[in-house]
Amino acid sequence: MAATRAASGGFSASRMWRCYRYWVTGYRRTWRGSVVSTAVNPVLYLAAMGVGLGSLIRAAPGSAELSYLQFIAPGLVAATAMQVAAIEATYPVLASVKWIRTYHAMLATPLSVADVFVGHLLWVLTRVAMSAAFYLAAVAAFGGIRSVFAVAAVPISLLVGAAFAAPIAAFAVVQEHDNGFSALQRFVIVPMFLFSGTFFAVSQLPSWIRPLAYLTPLWHGVALTRDATTGILEDGGWPMVVVHLSFLIGCAAVGSVVAARNFRHRLVE
Amino acid sequence: MKAQDDATLISARGLVKKYGDFVAVDHIDFEVAAGQAFGFLGPNGAGKSSTMRMIGCVSPPSGGTLRILGLDPVRDGPRIRAQLGVVPQQDTLDLELTVRENLIVYGRYFGLPRSVLRSRADELLDFVQLADRANDKVEPLSGGMKRRLTIARALINEPRLLLLDEPTTGLDPQARHVVWDRLFRLKQQGVTLVLTTHYMDEAEQLCDELVVMDKGRIIARGSPWQLIERYSTRDVVELRFPLGENESVAPRIDGLAERIDVLPDRLLVYTHDGDACLAAVHARGLTPVASLVRRSTLEDVFLRLTGRSLID
Amino acid sequence: MAALTLRIFPYGALGGRRGLVLVERSLMVYRHTWIIIVSGFFEPLFYLLAVGVGIGKLVPSISFHGQVIDYTAFVAPAMLASSAMNGAIYDSTFNVFWKLKYAKIYEGILATPLGPGDVAVGEIVWSLGRGVIYSAAFLVVCAAMGLVHSFAALLALPFAVLEGLAFAACGMAATTFMRSWQDFEWVTLVLLPLFLFSATFYPLSTYPGALAHVVRWTPLYQAVDVQRALLLGGLHPGLLADCGYLAAMGLIGGAVAVRRLARLLLH
Repeated sequence: MAATRAASGGFSASRMWRCYRYWVTGYRRTWRGSVVSTAVNPVLYLAAMGVGLGSLIRAAPGSAELSYLQFIAPGLVAATAMQVAAIEATYPVLASVKWIRTYHAMLATPLSVADVFVGHLLWVLTRVAMSAAFYLAAVAAFGGIRSVFAVAAVPISLLVGAAFAAPIAAFAVVQEHDNGFSALQRFVIVPMFLFSGTFFAVSQLPSWIRPLAYLTPLWHGVALTRDATTGILEDGGWPMVVVHLSFLIGCAAVGSVVAARNFRHRLVE
Repeated sequence: MKAQDDATLISARGLVKKYGDFVAVDHIDFEVAAGQAFGFLGPNGAGKSSTMRMIGCVSPPSGGTLRILGLDPVRDGPRIRAQLGVVPQQDTLDLELTVRENLIVYGRYFGLPRSVLRSRADELLDFVQLADRANDKVEPLSGGMKRRLTIARALINEPRLLLLDEPTTGLDPQARHVVWDRLFRLKQQGVTLVLTTHYMDEAEQLCDELVVMDKGRIIARGSPWQLIERYSTRDVVELRFPLGENESVAPRIDGLAERIDVLPDRLLVYTHDGDACLAAVHARGLTPVASLVRRSTLEDVFLRLTGRSLID
Repeated sequence: MAALTLRIFPYGALGGRRGLVLVERSLMVYRHTWIIIVSGFFEPLFYLLAVGVGIGKLVPSISFHGQVIDYTAFVAPAMLASSAMNGAIYDSTFNVFWKLKYAKIYEGILATPLGPGDVAVGEIVWSLGRGVIYSAAFLVVCAAMGLVHSFAALLALPFAVLEGLAFAACGMAATTFMRSWQDFEWVTLVLLPLFLFSATFYPLSTYPGALAHVVRWTPLYQAVDVQRALLLGGLHPGLLADCGYLAAMGLIGGAVAVRRLARLLLH
């Protein structure tokens, strides 16, 4: 009864902030485990694909001005935002529902379901921002940045993160097992990572599958990030930028609405 | 000599288990006869589980001799374990498999053929009243059901000797009684039971012979009634006086009983005739707020032997 | 020799055919969750497609043992080697840890006639089997895409068994040292550079001198080297050294796994 009342108690920024603090506190205890991969993965990918593979490639797709490293670096930044969101919005969410039941503990306090959801989402985005900033610094060190607009890559990554985290959290919160998460990784995240314009232009794909690539949030994220780090506006110019932004905002918004509903469903009813 | 070997399933002489400097089991001797239900009783940390692990051949003794079914657990572990059933303190059921698959797979570990296991699994599921859950996953089962499944699993190889480490800890009263009932039936079928417990009622219900362990040593042994006779009296009178007066009343009962325990909330008066004792208390002009005359239990023995302070 | 073997493999690990019952268990488990097994096959396949459709078009053809070959054909054997490694690692690390620390499956098994050696044999065989299944499926795809240039490719599968053994045994040995899930960060930290830098995406000659030597001695490189020769042609005696390297990994990893399991389970 109390839980239901609290749950219907809407949203309060100050209560949500307390929930957010919970995740920050937890991370302070365990950050050492993930900091290595956050720092090392960008270096590995940039060295292997940018420098190593890049040495075999004479011209980057689309533009003769770009090195292959400069071409893939923004793709890797955006893809990392996606991957961090996909990890942080799956296992921790299901653990909080089922294994450790953190959400239930939170809901036994004055926190509402909306507070809990938004607080966790905000934390996921914090992790996304941290990884994106790290990655961007590595890209800069490898000489992958050509424009000062590159700083925009961090907010763009946040948007990409939200476009993935919200719908994925909606999916995760209703799961019974983590089996679905490996399917999500293998059939959604990895294909997007490889085929959404990260390593080569979508125009190289067979024409029948191209529309599918254009419908992935990652393609929009990669395109935006590439505009920012190269300083070269893609074909289509500013209207395309607006399209990318709207698409990502749309994914985040629809995902959030569904997630909020699923959270309520799973936790209160 | 041979005849004695057949009758004695386990014999321990000067058995020791050390973990580094810590002595978990300190020179204990015991024998378990075929067909017996033998209990290890003791508080947490007394060395019961260490002893059970040594009998289960998964913990090499640090000293002394241990013979199980006439074999040496260090050298002949696999041969001994083939004839043992083990119900560990915490269930180790295979959560990725169904109830029935748990039995079949476990039987395969013993090298039993599938055809035998199929019929045996069904019989055992009937025996532990889980036949209707045969194809369910293990995870959602209640604690009592999981415990029964663990017992069924321990029986899949038709063991001569069943080891049970705290078989009913954490179960609700109904579930405990179901488990006791099944264990009692096994005993009647001639299976030798060795169990640890810190529930006195469980020990009284199931065990023919008990050893009480404390700090790695055996401090008493015998049948439940022998232990009560030796370390307690036939009756116990529990008297409650208003708070704070228990202490001052105690000297005035002196001479009416063999022994008096003064607890913060009540007095325990150990006597051979509880009713007569209570009458005598009243005759001395004492009027307790509440009084109760009951038979002595193993709990009285246990608390007398191992003390009342908490052991964690 | 026999005495030495006995000392390295206590508890009859070499005679541990009893341990194969654990493979039966795994088969039963995955009957419920076969999708996980199936999905694992797709990752290297997606990489191969990405290379075939996209990256391969950016890279001019590559020279391998004097012959000029298509970039996709160059990468395919490396993906084959990677899929055997990944398949073997999945089960021998994360799943073994879960069974060891949380589900206590092995404690239950140790109450039966089976010992730590049997557990190690059973789990390693299952893990390497998963690697071999992935290799087989991947090999079929390669053949269908015309990426197999030599009849020696028939040996690719037996070789995948050896490679799977090497990684499964070492994965299991490493897992026995893990304390918490956070330690698995290290597994990823080892696997990712192996996957990226074992001459998978470009030839050894791309690396500057000293670095090339380091790569030459990494475990996945051995497997890539062999699979490339088997699929594309160009067999040479040096490949036997690669095989010896992997066999040594399997033996040492297995011995460590058995000893550590005995220590963790029998105390």
